[in-house]
Amino acid sequence: MDLTYTDEEEEFRARLREWLGGVLPALGPKPSPGDWPGRRAYDTGWQRRLYDAGYGDVHWGASPTTRLIFLEETEKAGAPYVGANFVGLLHAGPTIAAEGTAEQRARWLTPILSGQEVWCQGFSEPEAGSDLAALRTRARRDGDAYVISGSKIWTSHAEVADWCELLVRTDSAAPKHRGISWLAMPMDAPGITVRPLRTLAGSTEFAEMFLDEVRVPAGNRVGAENDGWRVTMVTLSFERGTAFVGEVVACRRVLGELAAHARKSGRWDDAVLRRELALLAAEFSGLWRLTQWNVSEAQVSGGVPGVGGSVFKLRYSHARQRLYDVAARVLGGAGALDTGQEWTLDRLSSLSYTIAAGTSQIQRNIVAERILGLPKGGK
Amino acid sequence: MHFQLTEEQRALRDGTRELLAGRFGRDALRAAVDAPRLDRALWRELGSAGLFALCLPEAAGGVGLGLPEAVVVFEEVGRALVPGPLVATFLAAGEVPGAASGEAVVTAPYGGLLPWRDAADVVRGDAAGAEPLASVDPLTPLYRLPGAGPTPWRATLLYAAEQLGSAGRTLEMAVQHARDREQFGQPVGGFQAVKHLCAEMLVRVEVARAAVYAAAVTRDPVEVAAAELLADEAAVQGARDCLQVHGGMGFTWEADVHLHLKRAWVRAELGGSARDAEETLAASL
Ligand SMILES: Cc1cc2nc3c(=O)[nH]c(=O)nc-3n(C[C@H](O)[C@H](O)[C@H](O)COP(=O)(O)OP(=O)(O)OC[C@H]3O[C@@H](n4cnc5c(N)ncnc54)[C@H](O)[C@@H]3O)c2cc1C
Repeated sequence: MDLTYTDEEEEFRARLREWLGGVLPALGPKPSPGDWPGRRAYDTGWQRRLYDAGYGDVHWGASPTTRLIFLEETEKAGAPYVGANFVGLLHAGPTIAAEGTAEQRARWLTPILSGQEVWCQGFSEPEAGSDLAALRTRARRDGDAYVISGSKIWTSHAEVADWCELLVRTDSAAPKHRGISWLAMPMDAPGITVRPLRTLAGSTEFAEMFLDEVRVPAGNRVGAENDGWRVTMVTLSFERGTAFVGEVVACRRVLGELAAHARKSGRWDDAVLRRELALLAAEFSGLWRLTQWNVSEAQVSGGVPGVGGSVFKLRYSHARQRLYDVAARVLGGAGALDTGQEWTLDRLSSLSYTIAAGTSQIQRNIVAERILGLPKGGK
Repeated sequence: MHFQLTEEQRALRDGTRELLAGRFGRDALRAAVDAPRLDRALWRELGSAGLFALCLPEAAGGVGLGLPEAVVVFEEVGRALVPGPLVATFLAAGEVPGAASGEAVVTAPYGGLLPWRDAADVVRGDAAGAEPLASVDPLTPLYRLPGAGPTPWRATLLYAAEQLGSAGRTLEMAVQHARDREQFGQPVGGFQAVKHLCAEMLVRVEVARAAVYAAAVTRDPVEVAAAELLADEAAVQGARDCLQVHGGMGFTWEADVHLHLKRAWVRAELGGSARDAEETLAASL
């Protein structure tokens, strides 16, 4: 039960802090949510600066603890978060690092870290959401390429992505989990149509993607043919396990801002509101320690995070929704209805947390079946 | 940062669990419920095993371990529902003669309540005006005090550790029952409504564990307050969900579920008022 960091880790923290203190003040203003080219340029530009300063390898390669410190410090300093290349940095990249060949790692990893290439995730389909393994997008082998037809949905950031981590069915005769392959699809290949979808927050964060005889080289397959479900589990464990670390720090900062706002406006005297803020403080304090617990476990086991990520994701996504519900009360009636307020927009986007990356119901199934060993299947 | 238990801490946990399983297993627990009294022989055995002297320096005849180790041990005590004023006696070690060795039973008023007054040799602190009440927990006789006095933070933390142990135990009991009990031709644990109750129990235990262990390491009053609230929730809600999973059996005197729930309610009070913890957390923002 040790929460101290090593001397090297503390040095890393101090150097990073100093560097952030130097570069952040000169950073331009964040582009508006509707300005996708601007957002891409802003987010990848920031990634490039990190890369040039020697912080490229924190997302994989570096130890889990170093990564935790990186996410903690950048968030505390108010630096941009991973943004447009969320998928590349937090799950496609780590998957390729863990499962790709040397050639694949050499091809794809550096452009992600240096902010040159952005990835999106083509997993979900209209008929395959929670039941992801029911996916139908078909890939037929033709010489040294796959020819792909089908459709994907909810593909975040598809509009600005260069690559897509794509799940396809390579054997339709096999049981549904055994006929899937994981491919890297270049988004400029002929036959891809992207139709942006507007979210309830008003902006177009995700899209529908139609694939019509799209050719993808067989060498872009990560993992063996028909072994894609196993690779998918690796991707999902990164997506659920480590992708939210920085956000917990951000939520704790927001909580402090809510308290400051409430003190100024006089709402702090409302004992009920104060209590809700206090309970959230306990909640996020516990979630931060759980994050450290999981990181510490990953440090020992090395590599891919375990199902503990589902435990964290489940609790965190609901805590985040509670946080922004309380933010609405802090803002008060009119403020809570004003989308000019950042917290109101964040409240809207928080609604996706119990759905994206596997719904809460699915996470509960996973926790019950894989951790507690209760019988599989859902009635 | 190695947040997980060290090898020594795991050995301490396993050793304590084994000792308690042998000395205060289910039969002993039920016998104690039938004839509630403080078992002096058990108390002395816990003393000679070093439970009360765990954090006393070796020079003073103690085991010389830290608060994290105490938390590991009290988690086991909570799991096993060991009766008696263990927290007060533990905190009296080195200050009240006989406490460290288990010769003396020491109690103290916490959170406006005084447990085990009649069985105790020493009452530490102001217990003036204490009035007996008919305790909801068959294994914790209680007196009520006129004022709601404070609970020292170490006691709060140790009660939180007991809550954590109890929450872990009720989760195991619920999962076991969900696997064994069949209805509609299948184990009830195959039904999602039951599965999801169990999953949420586990989530609460894991969050509470991280919070309680961290508070033992940092000793930060804000983290102690967070640990208290999260562990109380894990224990109380965990026992209730366990009861629900047990169906009619859960409502019986015979099942152990109610013992966990009632003790969790009692500990939640002894460990300090939730309102104080909330104000501590709010003030930290
Ligand atoms: C903001 C956002 C971004 C996203 N980004 C991406 C992306 O980039 N790439 C991508 O591939 N996908 C993405 N998704 C898709 C996301 O993974 C799916 O929405 C999610 O897995 C749920 O699938 P579904 O929408 O089809 O809902 P459904 O599976 O149809 O679920 C409907 C309801 O039924 C419940 N349900 C379904 N099955 C069960 C069961 N077995 N037991 C209990 N309840 C069940 C669900 O919990 C839910 O409440 C994104 C989603 C959102 C909201």
